Amino acid sequence: METLKRTPLYEEHKRLNGRIVPFAGFEMPVQFSSIIDEHITVRTKVGIFDVSHMGEIWIRGKEALNLVQKVSSNNAEKLSIGQIHYAGLLTEKGTFVDDMLVHKIEDNVFLLVVNASNVEKDFAFIKENSKGFDVLVENKSDETAQIAIQGPSAVHLVLKIVKGADLSAVKYYWFTYGDVLGEKCIVARTGYTGEDGFEIYISPANAPKLWRELLEKGEEYGIKPIGLGARDTLRLEACMALYGNDIDDTTTVLEADLSWILKFDKPCNFNGKSVLLKQKEEGIKRKLVAFELLEQGIPRHLMECYSEEGKIGFVTSGTMAPYLKKPIGMAYLDINYAETGKNFFVDIRGKKIKAQVVNKPFYKRQKK
Amino acid sequence: MKFTKTHEWIEVVGKIGTIGITDFAQKELGDIVFVETPKEGDEIKAGTQMGTVESVKAVSELNAPASGKVVEVNKELETAPQLLNEDPFGKGWIIKIELSNPSELDSLMDEKSYKDYISEQGH
Repeated sequence: METLKRTPLYEEHKRLNGRIVPFAGFEMPVQFSSIIDEHITVRTKVGIFDVSHMGEIWIRGKEALNLVQKVSSNNAEKLSIGQIHYAGLLTEKGTFVDDMLVHKIEDNVFLLVVNASNVEKDFAFIKENSKGFDVLVENKSDETAQIAIQGPSAVHLVLKIVKGADLSAVKYYWFTYGDVLGEKCIVARTGYTGEDGFEIYISPANAPKLWRELLEKGEEYGIKPIGLGARDTLRLEACMALYGNDIDDTTTVLEADLSWILKFDKPCNFNGKSVLLKQKEEGIKRKLVAFELLEQGIPRHLMECYSEEGKIGFVTSGTMAPYLKKPIGMAYLDINYAETGKNFFVDIRGKKIKAQVVNKPFYKRQKK
Repeated sequence: MKFTKTHEWIEVVGKIGTIGITDFAQKELGDIVFVETPKEGDEIKAGTQMGTVESVKAVSELNAPASGKVVEVNKELETAPQLLNEDPFGKGWIIKIELSNPSELDSLMDEKSYKDYISEQGH
């Protein structure tokens, strides 16, 4: 049996009565108060997440950019120092080894933040792809803790804790360095909730102290610790893909409807380019769509989708959306049905429940 | 009040049994957002699935603690499924049935046995 890892915040979760479940090889809190309560807290106030299980892979060296360009769907040449973008880590087939956030630390240094479940696979994949490149690839996942602070009050809270950085000037998908409890940390304005917020990368030794400090200083904003359950419903309302559900190594970037992170025009070849170009010319046969149910029920992962004629796809993610208060989901549908406004059926335990394709995302925050 | 191993309760007054899920069950499930019940007039059979309870995270089967004909369904659950979380033994009742075989109740657990049963499950 595989031994489960614990993040540096495990004892904090126990102390806060978090319900601990196995997830991606870690013992993680799935909920503290309740999924709905935590979800609404992040939409209206501020919540903190232990995301120390996420993977951090560093690429350094003269050819760091070239290696990133080879394995990434996005164009890292466009990144300025201090900037971040979302990207696919691509196979030769144009499918996903993983999805990731690419941080440009310096001209020759990139930090890739990847999914916990994929760290070993991604690291081996990038190492393999790095043959012949003048680079050093390092997996720093075990030496890095990460706490996400998300919600409309996140910026106020983080300003109280991070010293020596003008965080209000940091734009969405940029990062800066700040003094966090005496440690110089990367403080990135990113997240997986659809809200404004930050992700702080910190040493495991200082992580519990930061966690407690956030809860204490966040009290005036109504802060709560948030588990993986609400993390999933928050990201789904915001239509952010979950690896293993909505994207994997059988789905291409085009099918996943993520062409905004696919840069054919970058000045070099990249994994999957020829396959993806061909797929673009011929047209995709299925597409990841967002949908709502028009009748009662809740769509769930892997339920089948039907037209009057027959099977047209399957649900990748689904839930009762806690903030929007309606049953929502994402599904790969036959391209003939993958159009906003089209109706289809989800087979929920043998009953065909009416559904409709809607625009993405379900939820978008009001920007100030 | 009697209990099943699958965490339903039944309270019988005369020939009518009121059915719901236990406090332990609602805590395990978390936020309940949808309850699918049999309809009035349906016949349900002890130990078989009679509906589903869905929380944000998961789907759970609802099993009949006893056999009988459904005489009333808690209509409030259509708009307020959270009653199962808030008051599982009261306002969160699910259906009422007219028992067809009251002797089935003998095989269910009483409160003390049920308490022992859930503590044995490691909670």
